[in-house]
Amino acid sequence: MDSDTPAPARSVMEAPDIARALTRIAHEIVERAKGADDVVLLGIPTRGVFLAGRLAGKLREITGHPVPVGSLDITMYRDDLRLRPARALARTEIPGDGVDGRLVVLVDDVLFSGRTIRAALDALGDIGRPRAVQLAVLVDRGHRELPIRADYVGKNIPTSLRETVRVLLTEEDGRDGVLLGVRERAPSGER
Amino acid sequence: MMRHLISATDLTRDDAVLILDTAEELARVADRPIKKLPTLRGRTVVNLFFEDSTRTRISFEAAAKRLSADVINFSAKGSSVSKGESLKDTALTLEAMGADAVVIRHHDSGAPHRLATSGWIGGSVVNAGDGTHEHPTQALLDAFTLRRRLVGGASGGTGADLSGRRVTIVGDILHSRVARSNVHLLTTLGAEVTVVAPPTLLPIGVDHWPCEVSYDLDAVLPKSDAVMMLRVQRERMNAAYFPTEREYARRYGLHGARMARMPEHAVVMPPGPMNRGMEITAEVADSPRCTAVEQVSGGVSVRMAVLYLLLGGAPAAPARLTENLGDRA
Repeated sequence: MDSDTPAPARSVMEAPDIARALTRIAHEIVERAKGADDVVLLGIPTRGVFLAGRLAGKLREITGHPVPVGSLDITMYRDDLRLRPARALARTEIPGDGVDGRLVVLVDDVLFSGRTIRAALDALGDIGRPRAVQLAVLVDRGHRELPIRADYVGKNIPTSLRETVRVLLTEEDGRDGVLLGVRERAPSGER
Repeated sequence: MMRHLISATDLTRDDAVLILDTAEELARVADRPIKKLPTLRGRTVVNLFFEDSTRTRISFEAAAKRLSADVINFSAKGSSVSKGESLKDTALTLEAMGADAVVIRHHDSGAPHRLATSGWIGGSVVNAGDGTHEHPTQALLDAFTLRRRLVGGASGGTGADLSGRRVTIVGDILHSRVARSNVHLLTTLGAEVTVVAPPTLLPIGVDHWPCEVSYDLDAVLPKSDAVMMLRVQRERMNAAYFPTEREYARRYGLHGARMARMPEHAVVMPPGPMNRGMEITAEVADSPRCTAVEQVSGGVSVRMAVLYLLLGGAPAAPARLTENLGDRA
């Protein structure tokens, strides 16, 4: 979701692709969690929250019971806070029953360096003690800088560091899609 | 917003809303089992208090500790200041100790400004009340409480300002740094402010403040969404500003009958500390319209927000805060 994309960006996922990927992930979650009875979905702002909401809808369709869904802001846990001016915070909303003893599935749009997920694991540790934590992402673009992997991946997109991956979601951007672009300046080590 | 917070006039509307929004998110940390964030780990916040204070000092201390900063409390009593050390030498000591932020309360107006602009220290300076000048974090806290109560909603009014709300500030405007900060901040946030006081307790130049002035509390009350009562600061009064305390209480005190003249939704913000029976009667102080208790928890959240926004990002960022919000990743 890097925003500096000067060159014309190439579409790598359209709205139906995203919908199918989320449906498949929802089925995989149910399969691996044997019914998803104790699953709690936590989206990482901004777009992970919308993806978590959509996954919750699909899980409900599959299992017939509502799945708790919330958001987890990781800003205060980032390791690059000192590199840029202070950022605005997003909402952390933990479902009423909490996360203790549950299977928490973190949901984010793009998995890149893994630093966001590292921060999310730290943030989660201050909120409770889940039975297990899994990770669902719409796009895995590679280039991990930490020993972190996703349990559920919508699409693996091999990229170079000069490329940008931008996820568009109707709730935030007016339409669904994933764009692959090229950034002009050298990668700054962000994310 | 810049490196320091000296005056409420330093803040643009967007800065102020950002601080209130940040405070609103940080308030949720108080409901968690672990009420601590790692954000300011390894950074040092010095509470430099030349004047007595309980609630502001512990509020800043709790805020810094919840952000995992190291806190050093320094009060003038029992320190080398009582042996005659100057502000400069105290500042140089703090700088040598590696203070990343200095929260200063001083009995002289302008001391925080001097500390911030003299080059004595490299860290951020936060004004926690200077003389009769300003007390910006108190004004932010008042705005935070007002937004929650008047704009409200489940989200506490995130993103909103106080446009069109009418706030009346009553009492010792002359000696009140809280009044001055509030007039500026609340106006910046779009509120219409009226100050009410006996003529002797209004400062020279109040007609240049961005607010209305009235001597008649009863006339203003029915049009007020919030009434902020100021403490009569006996310790700063070196002359007879009003004939008797009883007369002051009758004309400018808030009692049950006066509270009944306020609109249904209007709130009362009591002074802290308050003199019951003087500015405010016990009946009003204990009513659900009174915001005394939520002011305490709100104070910690607002001060966490200020410390985070001043210290949490890149050191000495020259750009204004709000310009960098568009590209948060």
